[in-house]
Amino acid sequence: MSLIDNLLDYLRGDTKKTAVVAKERLQIILAHERAGRNASSPDYLPALQEELLAVIAKYIHVERDMIKVQLEKHGEYDVLELNVMLPEDKRGA
Amino acid sequence: MPKVIVVTSGKGGVGKTTTSASFSSGLALRGNKTVVIDFDVGLRNLDLIMGCERRVVYDIINVINGEVTLKQALIKDKHCDNLYVLPASQTRDKDALSLEGVGRIIDELKEGFDCIVCDSPAGIEHGAFSAMYYADEALIVTNPEVSSVRDSDRILGILAAKSKRATEGAEPVKEHLLVTRYDPKRVAAGEMLSVDDIQEILRIPLIGVIPESEAVLQASNSGTPAIHLEKSDVAEAYRDVVARFMGDDVPMRFTTAEKAGFLKRLFGGR
Repeated sequence: MSLIDNLLDYLRGDTKKTAVVAKERLQIILAHERAGRNASSPDYLPALQEELLAVIAKYIHVERDMIKVQLEKHGEYDVLELNVMLPEDKRGA
Repeated sequence: MPKVIVVTSGKGGVGKTTTSASFSSGLALRGNKTVVIDFDVGLRNLDLIMGCERRVVYDIINVINGEVTLKQALIKDKHCDNLYVLPASQTRDKDALSLEGVGRIIDELKEGFDCIVCDSPAGIEHGAFSAMYYADEALIVTNPEVSSVRDSDRILGILAAKSKRATEGAEPVKEHLLVTRYDPKRVAAGEMLSVDDIQEILRIPLIGVIPESEAVLQASNSGTPAIHLEKSDVAEAYRDVVARFMGDDVPMRFTTAEKAGFLKRLFGGR
C-alpha cells in the first residue's frame, strides 16, 4: 500500500485493518455454522430425503440434486423445509 | 497409561505433518516411547519429512490386512532412540483403512508405547476420521487465516460429536490449539489474526505458537524434523509445545514482534 493510499484511507476514516475484518467475518459465519451443528441435523434427514425423492420420482422425473431437505431454526420453531426443483418442461404440465 | 494423540486441522498445508514429525520427536527426546502413524493413504509424506522414505517396506494397510506383523512394518527413527514410524500405504485404496483394523493396531501399540501420534490427512473424509476416532487428545493445527480457522472449527465439531470418546459418552477428547506459520510483525500491522483472536474464536486452550520460518523448508529438504534444527525459533517453539504437553509451565514465546533496531527502522527491510 503506497503512502498516498494510506493518506487517502486516513482522510476517509477508512482505516479498518484486514485482521479485524477477518475476525468479524469468522465470528459471524461460525456462529451460523455452529447453530446448524448444535441443532444437530437429525440422523433421519438423509433417509427422509431419500424416501421423499423416491415418492416424488414415482410421479415426476427429478434429478437427485434437485431436492433439498433442510431443518432450520427460526427462534423457537424448527422449520423443516422441502425444496423440489421441477424440471423445466414438466412445469405446469 | 498410553495416550493417543491426533494431529489434525481440516485444511491442508497448515503444518500437520511438520507438527507430527517434530511433536513425536520431541516426545521421544523426553523419554516417551513414541510411535507416529501416517494416516494419509495414497499421499504418504510423513516418511519424507522424517527422512525414512527409503526404508519403507511395509505399511499400515499390510498390517491391517494381516499380511505382516506390526513389528515388521515399524521403522525406527534415525534421530531418536524411542521413536518409530508406521507409514501409510502409497498404492492401496484408502477404504482399506477400516476403523476396526485401526483399532486393533492402536490396541497393540498401546502394549509397547507411551505415546501414539496420529498424523491426519487433510479433509473430513474417511482417512481424517480414522485418524481422530481413537484419540484421547488432539492438536488442532491452525494458521492465522480465515479458511484454516473455519476448518479447525469444523474439525472440533466432528471430534466432539463422532470420536470414540464422544460416541461412548466418555470424557471428551482433550483439545489443544497449535497456531503455526505465525508472523508477529504482520499481526502488529493488523494484517494477520492474532493468537488471541484465534483463541477467542475457537475457544480451546493454546498449547503453542510456531513462528513462520524458513527453517521448516530446510528441515523438510533434508528429511530432518524441524525440532532438531539447532538455534531455530521453530525448534524452540516445538520443544515448548512438547514441554507444555508433558505438563511443564512454559511461558508463550514468539508471539510478539522483535523491536527493530534504529538503523533497521530507518532503512526498512523485513
